[in-house]
Amino acid sequence: MPIITTTDLTKTYSLGDIPVRALRGVSVDIESGDFVSVTGPSGSGKSTFMHILGCLDRSTSGQYRLDGTDVSTLSKDDLAVIRNRKIGFVFQGFNLLPRTSALDNVELPLLYSGNGMKVSERRRRAQDALAAVGLTDRSDHHPNQLSGGQQQRVAIARALISDPSIVLADEPTGNLDSRTSVEVMDIFQTLNSERGITILLITHEREIAEYGSRIIGFRDGRILADHATDTRRIARTELAALPPDVDLELDRRHETPADQGA
Amino acid sequence: MSLFMILRVALKALGRNKMRTSLTMLGMIIGVAAVITMVALGSGAQQSIEDQIKSAGTNMITVSAGNWSSGGVRHGAGSATTLSIDDAEAIREQIQGVQYVAAGVNTRGQVVFGNQNWATRIQGADVEFPLIRFWPTELGTFFTPTDVSAAAKVAVLGTIVRNTLFGEGADPVGQTIRIRNQPFKVIGVLAVKGPGSFGEDQDDTIFVPYTTVQKKLRGIRYIQSITVSAMSAAQTVAVADEIGALLRVQHGLIPGDEDDFRVRTLEEMARVRSETTRTMTSLLASIAGVSLLVGGIGIMNIMLVSVTERTREIGLRMAVGAKGKDVLFQFLAEAIVISLLGGAIGIGLGVALSQGITQFLEWPTTVSPNAVAVAFGFAAATGIFFGFYPARKAARLDPIESLRFE
Repeated sequence: MPIITTTDLTKTYSLGDIPVRALRGVSVDIESGDFVSVTGPSGSGKSTFMHILGCLDRSTSGQYRLDGTDVSTLSKDDLAVIRNRKIGFVFQGFNLLPRTSALDNVELPLLYSGNGMKVSERRRRAQDALAAVGLTDRSDHHPNQLSGGQQQRVAIARALISDPSIVLADEPTGNLDSRTSVEVMDIFQTLNSERGITILLITHEREIAEYGSRIIGFRDGRILADHATDTRRIARTELAALPPDVDLELDRRHETPADQGA
Repeated sequence: MSLFMILRVALKALGRNKMRTSLTMLGMIIGVAAVITMVALGSGAQQSIEDQIKSAGTNMITVSAGNWSSGGVRHGAGSATTLSIDDAEAIREQIQGVQYVAAGVNTRGQVVFGNQNWATRIQGADVEFPLIRFWPTELGTFFTPTDVSAAAKVAVLGTIVRNTLFGEGADPVGQTIRIRNQPFKVIGVLAVKGPGSFGEDQDDTIFVPYTTVQKKLRGIRYIQSITVSAMSAAQTVAVADEIGALLRVQHGLIPGDEDDFRVRTLEEMARVRSETTRTMTSLLASIAGVSLLVGGIGIMNIMLVSVTERTREIGLRMAVGAKGKDVLFQFLAEAIVISLLGGAIGIGLGVALSQGITQFLEWPTTVSPNAVAVAFGFAAATGIFFGFYPARKAARLDPIESLRFE
């Protein structure tokens, strides 16, 4: 059974008096464990589509079933619960809380999970999530002490902490250099293959989209193309081929003076 | 989200911007400290006036001789000679709620000691008079019942008389002064009383037994006044009424006859005075209340700026599962923490300021627990009131718009 099913989804905004038809009937099935790249030029409706899939927004008409539940009729508060439990978000701008440690940032979704988890348990899970993105030794660092790639990894750890079935990544490599982008893609591919997490990746870059196993192309609020990736890129292989010094250089620049002294 | 979690999140958020948090808190601190200090000053003034009135005796009743008419000529207040020591005894024995009774006869006279002399008021009093007036002796003693029954020539001096005749601070006990050329032995000096309720100097006086004034100085049998104290301030008016009724019987007055005495209490004066200070206190408190209000508006202002500045944070919190009410409570909690913490510090500062004022300016201040409770409660209310609008604004933000906010 597909984890996501949309049927004739439409979304119409009104900008002043002018109605903007951002989505004009989108029907799609996404299987659990898929890695889907959503591409399209700006204004194609791909962002609107992602917001609806992420339960951040509701469609004007049509049906959206997530994990067997029709979420198009749920209230705002119920949508917040679904976002908290089932969906992890990764954004282009990282959206980490400033002046807050990586660990506290990762922990954030657990504060809203409403199950009265113990402080120690939250800590442990946040540490585990940081370990999964390879940042165990950066848990006390604040965002401004981390490189862009590290910040995005903290954001991914935050998306993972509530064990979501879906991770929605909105232009996650938009602010990163090409090597760091490959590293982030490696993390997504690993999460997808090893944990079976469904990944939905929005990008306007053709090369980045090719890390997914299926590509959905949007134009003018409709799906233009939907096909399996011809030749899927594997981040792990590409990383092995790259010279490692660039990354080390970047890491060293962001180390704290205390670290350098040690 | 539990209360504890909300508080934790709020504290963390406040801790991220310590400078702003403490400046916002400063508005609250100043407001609360101002209220506490102003109310302390006001109630200090009220307290000191009440003490003053109490020392004059709020439960004090004065009976004085009234008008005496002869052949249609009315001689005015104090001219009647019908008040007697029997009246004083009757008041003491027949009226419930009477504590002390003291007969009084006054005169004036020249007082001489060595080469010094002074014209002053000579008050003939009874032994209970100092108890009614809360007026202890500073040196020596007041006279005794034996002195009164013997019409002894003993004198207790007011401080002004002592200072004039013997010099500032001297101990005249045991010395002999001459009043209207008769020798009187000084047995005591009264403590300083200060100006009376009509501005007269109460310390410019000499007390002698009333019998002595009657027999040795004036040659009369009547008395001019009876000073009475009621058991409690609350009984004062009732006792005064009973005294009036009793004296009419004592003097054989029939209905229609004019009173030949007057009964007065300090009740009226006490009421007017404390009314005045209460007005002053509320005036001061309301001025200070304005600064508390300004502090509250400061909180709202900063919270509004904070909501705008943290739009992306709010969007993110919503994206990871915060409900509208979670965000509402977080911002409300931040405002309340600022106002409560500011309120607590303000209370400390206000109490310290009040004590400083008493210490260095020697103005009386009274920090009442009530004022502290009200100021703290008001601070909390301010936090909730002025924090609510920004918090609601934050809670109503759209997550998508917020995440895109630059």
